[in-house]
Amino acid sequence: MSAPPTLVERSAVAERPPAREAVVFENVSIAFEENRVLNGISFQLPRGETKAIFGVAGSGKSTILKLAIGLIRPDSGRIYTLGEEVTALKEEELFELRRRVGIVFQESALFDSLTVRENVGFRLYEEGGTPDSEIEERIREVLRFVELEHTLDMFPAELSGGMRRRVAIARAIITRPEVLLYDSPTGGLDPVTSTTIVELIIKQRDVYKTSSLLVTHRLQDAFVMATHYFDQRENKMKLLPRGQRGEVPLSFLILRDGKPIFDGDAQELAHTRDEYIREYIS
Amino acid sequence: MELISPGEYAKQKVQSVQDYVLLAARSVANLFRAPRYLADTMQQADMIGVGSLPIVLAACFFTGAALALNSATTLGRFGALTLIGQLVSIGIVRELGPVLAGLVVAGRNASGMASELGSMVVTEQIDAMRALGTDPTKKLVTPRVISTVIMMFFLTILGDFLGLIGGWVVSTIVMGLDSRQYWSNAWQALEYSDVFMGLTKPLVFGFIIATIGCYYGLSTKGGTQGVGRSTTEAVVAAMILIIAVDVFVTRLLMMILGS
Repeated sequence: MSAPPTLVERSAVAERPPAREAVVFENVSIAFEENRVLNGISFQLPRGETKAIFGVAGSGKSTILKLAIGLIRPDSGRIYTLGEEVTALKEEELFELRRRVGIVFQESALFDSLTVRENVGFRLYEEGGTPDSEIEERIREVLRFVELEHTLDMFPAELSGGMRRRVAIARAIITRPEVLLYDSPTGGLDPVTSTTIVELIIKQRDVYKTSSLLVTHRLQDAFVMATHYFDQRENKMKLLPRGQRGEVPLSFLILRDGKPIFDGDAQELAHTRDEYIREYIS
Repeated sequence: MELISPGEYAKQKVQSVQDYVLLAARSVANLFRAPRYLADTMQQADMIGVGSLPIVLAACFFTGAALALNSATTLGRFGALTLIGQLVSIGIVRELGPVLAGLVVAGRNASGMASELGSMVVTEQIDAMRALGTDPTKKLVTPRVISTVIMMFFLTILGDFLGLIGGWVVSTIVMGLDSRQYWSNAWQALEYSDVFMGLTKPLVFGFIIATIGCYYGLSTKGGTQGVGRSTTEAVVAAMILIIAVDVFVTRLLMMILGS
């Protein structure tokens, strides 16, 4: 994306036949022992859109991501990811679906006994059928994307927290997934590193048009995403012109007591009258 | 510690047994499904087999020596000291070699597997592996099961040999018996059924060690404290199971072999 999207372009996009949703939750509930975390939650993630999920700690944000790819099963409700009913698939069948989805875990979850090269190329090595030279090229390409090409032979323990998150992003995007799930990618990081991570997420959204679910505590990250676009020519994110801020494929989902209390775009969020949400975003 | 009702406790235990059986069955079923992780299996075989070799050999050597010392007292009373080779040979090959190797490998490797996999669980590496489209039971469990079963077989053979050497050292140096007589007695005492029994048990024990280690590792809950708990439970469960299963396997093989 080399220029900010205009309103004309967006209306043209709206006239196309509706794309199938990347992720759909229908009345999903889950409890851990006595604690009901999600209580009949429903929402949709249209293709190409990024949805930022907010909520207080323990509100089930990370659970949503794990449910979306069947790492855990809901007690009730249906979940569709890329048109497949996750809740009806067996574990063996889910492995196929998961190959089309990338996930960045809260604490990166890099394999600590493998080097950065082996971590990033894990999926390609596992799938087989790709020549080693091509795998190496792809690994270098994604590490260049996250600006960590020099860490190829290092182990995760040798990297800083921010570097580990970027390696995790590289691992998630190496197969060019159709959906990306980010679990608090900036949690516990300093502001400068957080901005670097957010820039990568914006780059992924605007350059590859990947559908994403982004779990975060940091409202400022979502506002940066709503007000910036990635300029490919200059290879950096830039502020959208004043009239076009919020005109990016980004929506917000706010959870409270296991239910969504807001699901809409940045402008709707800014104009909400809900006291709890206003307090939350202030 | 939270108190739970006896009914809930029983339900949890039944659930654990069911989960263990399912994991063990999947680890075997994976043998017939691609992909097969040969490199991971070789790496595990090296860690389990070569890594455990010195302690298995040491344990069997000293047990063979102690067995010779203990039996010498009893045999001496009946003037049958020359039969010491026979007693050590049958005792080591049929029973002590496999059980000792099993207990030593369980202590070293069931704990290693439980702590390694447990750490991977609490740091979400197992979830990451599943999310990346790889089945952890294929990638992590089956290679450990195969390599432990195979390595237990060879470790027991070497352990048996070292046990016999331990008995020989005591018989010749301490008891002053003839070296040729010891080995001749030890060799002739062994029948096909003894060797068969002695080499079947390590296969069963290897399977128990690996599946128990992996089961406790993969069912770890509660952070680093949970990893420690899983490690301890894995070792205890593997050792108890080895000793208990040994009785049943011995009885079963005796019925089959008619010995």
